[in-house]
Amino acid sequence: MKKITDWQYICMLILNNLDLIMQIKEIAKTLDATIVVGDEATLSTEVKYGFATDLLSDLLKIDKNKTLLITGLATIQTIRAAMVMDVGAILLVRGKKALPEMIELARQNQMVLMEYKGSMFKACGILYQAGISPVY
Amino acid sequence: METFEFTIKGGDFKSIGYVSNTIKKIMHARNINPRDSRRIAVAIFEVETNIILYATQGTISVLFDNDKITVLARDEGMGIADVALAMREGYTTASDDIRRLGFGAGLGLSNIKKNSDITWISSIVNKGTQIVLIFFLTLVL
Repeated sequence: MKKITDWQYICMLILNNLDLIMQIKEIAKTLDATIVVGDEATLSTEVKYGFATDLLSDLLKIDKNKTLLITGLATIQTIRAAMVMDVGAILLVRGKKALPEMIELARQNQMVLMEYKGSMFKACGILYQAGISPVY
Repeated sequence: METFEFTIKGGDFKSIGYVSNTIKKIMHARNINPRDSRRIAVAIFEVETNIILYATQGTISVLFDNDKITVLARDEGMGIADVALAMREGYTTASDDIRRLGFGAGLGLSNIKKNSDITWISSIVNKGTQIVLIFFLTLVL
């Protein structure tokens, strides 16, 4: 088994505690997700945290800015709940398609809407590895 | 003081979040502290969701003062048999249809209480529920 030296351990601790921030366009590229709504300005906004849920009640309890919502719930209520929570970007997982009214509302409110073919677990795993932090 | 009133139809799932986001935009236009704005909007979101999911109809009035915002909600419907029990996280009477919409986790009333400074809930079974919420605004110096 490979032994981890003290300095390697210290580096790991520092890296784990670094607040990594990604632009939304980097997230889309990392996942190979389809951008349904988003322009140069909104895609350049930064995301620090990820929150994955299919329960809007759970979303309404978080207290963090710069959060990406990862969900399989493709409803107009998802957009409205995200607006209330100041969540600027939503990733629809499991191949769910955004409804026309979702696209319209997201566009009106300068939100980013993305679609991803993979599972919620896969999206979370890739983004966690890329440095996106959990909300708690 | 300025008041905004909304009428809500029970079962109108598509309108969930309309009142809270309308009030949030008004708060933003009035330069209300973003943290206050979010907690007030979250509480109103939960209130309007409860009316749409569980009542036949209701009203929400939002009163703006310089130092506080008051929310008055009244609905006609099944009411809440045990308010103290309904305030517990995880307690729910939601149907599968409600859960499919992403609600009914039993967090609504406790989240309303968590986000408001004064919470008053009164309910009569098979009549309806009245909620008064007061939010004291953070002074921006």
